[in-house]
Amino acid sequence: MNGVHDMGGMVNLGELAPEENEPVFHEPWEGRVFAMTLASPTRSNLDYGRHQRELIPGPDYLPMTYYERWFRSLSTALLRRGFVTAEEMETGRTSSGAVPDAPPPRRGAEMIGGLTRRGSYIRERSAAPLFSVGQRVRARNINPPGHTRLPRYVRGHVGVIERLNGAHVFPDSNARLAGEDPQYLYNVRFAGKELWGEEADPTLSVALDLWEPYLEHA
Amino acid sequence: MHLRVKALESVLVEKGFVDPAALDAVIELYAEKVGPKNGAQVVARAWTDPAFRARLLEDATSAVAELGFTGSQGEHVVAVENTETLHNLVVCTLCSCYPWPLLGLPPVWYKSNAYRSRAVIDPRGVLKEFGVELGEQTEIRVWDSTAEVRYLVIPQRPAGTQALDEAQLATRVTRNGMIGTALL
Repeated sequence: MNGVHDMGGMVNLGELAPEENEPVFHEPWEGRVFAMTLASPTRSNLDYGRHQRELIPGPDYLPMTYYERWFRSLSTALLRRGFVTAEEMETGRTSSGAVPDAPPPRRGAEMIGGLTRRGSYIRERSAAPLFSVGQRVRARNINPPGHTRLPRYVRGHVGVIERLNGAHVFPDSNARLAGEDPQYLYNVRFAGKELWGEEADPTLSVALDLWEPYLEHA
Repeated sequence: MHLRVKALESVLVEKGFVDPAALDAVIELYAEKVGPKNGAQVVARAWTDPAFRARLLEDATSAVAELGFTGSQGEHVVAVENTETLHNLVVCTLCSCYPWPLLGLPPVWYKSNAYRSRAVIDPRGVLKEFGVELGEQTEIRVWDSTAEVRYLVIPQRPAGTQALDEAQLATRVTRNGMIGTALL
């Protein structure tokens, strides 16, 4: 989706403003939103969650803080799925009945276990990889209407494969709850001049992890 | 925001969708337990233990798991080493991907529109705003975290630290140093 979240290569989007001794959460509510999102009955896979935040309309998304975005996407999901009503969100008091398909609440030990256990997004794929390390590839010029992890700034550009990461869960499919559809994931390096033109910094290169369906032979 | 979040939590708890003690546990995990000290330990080990450094550069996921650093947003880790002639910088242009088990949750600037947009087109300008001036010939590699692979920058060991042990060295390693927006 060509949304404002895909911001690589833009300038003039505000200040960097690094902060000394920054707290993990600036306000207690940020921590609550973070934890509620991970605990929510609407939680699904990671890619689905990312896509929900991308679906915040651009004019709203840009000025929001990070946890305001999380709050918006959490509230929207809870409302849409009928777990809470707008009135309840406003008043903080329960006024609707039970939700039939609600999962049991996640307990602390289960959540901490899930957050700290070793996991993997690598999956089996029977087909052989199409590309190999050292090969030149072009990022395809595609503009998917849904979730994708192929940023606009590399589309149409040629890079070199630096590493094969194995077959990973494919976000474009996983985000729409259409299955994990594992695809080979390659680290691809693009020269700064290839991305930004002849005037670009000659010392610069940018590497991205890109799935096989994003790539074609160059 | 405080009141709106409180209202939402009250309803979710009352309806039995979330357990407030579980929320407390998750917040405590990232506010107090998991943070850049983990990454600093990895870096200090790499500086002092050549065999560990070799394993880290070969397969960082397994190397950091030796130290117990596993979990969400750290499923696949790649360590990239700064040298006299090469500087690495990590960003996530599409959202806020960051190696939680090694560095904790990302700082506001890392998630800002400004950093996400500029890091890939003007890394030298971004670095200047962090007070980092690299030599004109220094190669810059930017890593855009577009998948579930997380990057840890191994900064150059500061001069004059030969007498320090691993624990002392770890105190010299900063979070920004492990993202690439600081030199040590």
